[in-house]
Amino acid sequence: MLYDVWTVFWRDWVVLKRRLTKFILARMVAPMLYLVAFGWGLGRSIQVSGGSYLDFLVPGILALNSMNISFNSITPVHAERIYHKSLEEYLIAPIVPDAFVLGKVLAAVLRGLISSAIIVLLAFLFGANLQLSPSLLLVLVLNCIIFAEIGFLAAMKISTYEEMSQVNTYILLPMSFLCGTFFSTQALPDLLRYFIELLPLTHTSFLLRSLAGGNGADMVSLAVLGVYAIGGFYLGSRAFRNLVR
Amino acid sequence: MIAIENLTKKFPHRTQSGTQGEKTAVDGISFRVGRGEVFGLLGPNGAGKTTTIRMLTLQLAPTAGRIAYEGQDVREKAQAIKKLIGVVPQHVNFDQDLTVRENLELHARLHHMGAKERKERIDELLAYVELEDVANDGVRRLSGGMKRRLLLARALIHRPKILFMDEPTVALDPQVRRKIWDLIRQLSREQVTVFLTTHYIEEAEALCQRVAILDKGKLTALDTPENLKERLGKFTVEWDEEQGRAYKFFAQKKDAATFAAEQEAVGGILIRPTNLEDVFIEITGRKEGL
Repeated sequence: MLYDVWTVFWRDWVVLKRRLTKFILARMVAPMLYLVAFGWGLGRSIQVSGGSYLDFLVPGILALNSMNISFNSITPVHAERIYHKSLEEYLIAPIVPDAFVLGKVLAAVLRGLISSAIIVLLAFLFGANLQLSPSLLLVLVLNCIIFAEIGFLAAMKISTYEEMSQVNTYILLPMSFLCGTFFSTQALPDLLRYFIELLPLTHTSFLLRSLAGGNGADMVSLAVLGVYAIGGFYLGSRAFRNLVR
Repeated sequence: MIAIENLTKKFPHRTQSGTQGEKTAVDGISFRVGRGEVFGLLGPNGAGKTTTIRMLTLQLAPTAGRIAYEGQDVREKAQAIKKLIGVVPQHVNFDQDLTVRENLELHARLHHMGAKERKERIDELLAYVELEDVANDGVRRLSGGMKRRLLLARALIHRPKILFMDEPTVALDPQVRRKIWDLIRQLSREQVTVFLTTHYIEEAEALCQRVAILDKGKLTALDTPENLKERLGKFTVEWDEEQGRAYKFFAQKKDAATFAAEQEAVGGILIRPTNLEDVFIEITGRKEGL
């Protein structure tokens, strides 16, 4: 099982290694724009409780960026299934199906973490204050796992490229803005707020902001992320097994 | 080696009246394939050949029926059986982001081969299919013939006991096709079972010890090419009529000659040995695929 996880991860690592420089450069663009536009630009005139807006913003960017990167790292699996049919190699191989899901998710976590490290570096250059800790890393990893699993599920279920990009438009993009990333969910009308607070990214933002500010982690939020991560793995694994139906 | 009983696959399908229905792609087929046998599955387009291969290679779960390899049921011993089989698919399905060698290495790793064995086997097979020069190129850059040779090399890495080939020589030069035929014969001598589907009837005739003909999901014939031809009549008379080419089959050469002598056949008349294509067309119908 572990060897098979490694095989799946190895494949993604070979591909990533070849494009590592391009990957890193591309990952710098979006966070840089967020930091400039919302940190320097708008942020100067915004006051949030207990610190600068930049300090408030950076955990939010970490949350939404790790979400987007881990989700999008899995989308090539969709092309492998529908267009290149290269997923057949794994279906006919004597491997445990869960090893495939796990390997792909871990590879997406790696990409998510590389891009998070870039943001942390940029944030320090922009003069933000944030405290790094193992708990903060754990939350980031959980967030990457959850959205890699959602990406995996989409890659298994969706049949066209167009619908695949609609997942980005209808699910990831609204979450990027609303889930406590750029502003506190307190500002939202109650009904919308309750809904937003059910979503995993909201809890990631809460946790990252709290941990980066030197405060502890909220256990409820951690539990919510845990439930999403386990549920996502179950659904992803089931969808992969159902490919042969 | 392989025992198939009452194998059936139904797909969901929207009927002409727009209601949800089922379409039967493979309809209760049963047969056995022996060790070291070269077995051909023939049939017109859409007969269910690829669906059958996908079920036999565990890429598709049957709706009903049983598949067993050396007495082991595929539902119970899936991992063990996957080690036994190699698959050459109809379409090219390489990992587009990997090089030729990396594609082979991925396959070897998925079959749990150690680093040393992996390298030796990959080098050996690259030499065998004459692709050493492009080993480090991306698979996108290969020509059609190179891709088919690479598919074959990949399927053989883990030394399968049963090789499935879905249309292995489609769109290949005669030279490459002959090379693949030689390889299939060689594998058969090494007691590897080869299960192939093909459109080229002469290919099946040249290679297969037994052939099965699948038509609209049902098995309509299964025998050696010789027996099938003999059943139809070993001699064929063909000539032109107003409606098109006409054929008649005879067990005895003398009867064929007598019949031919009686025909007017303005455009000439031909007496020749019956071939497997005649059998195929008689069984699956002249108008199929038109």
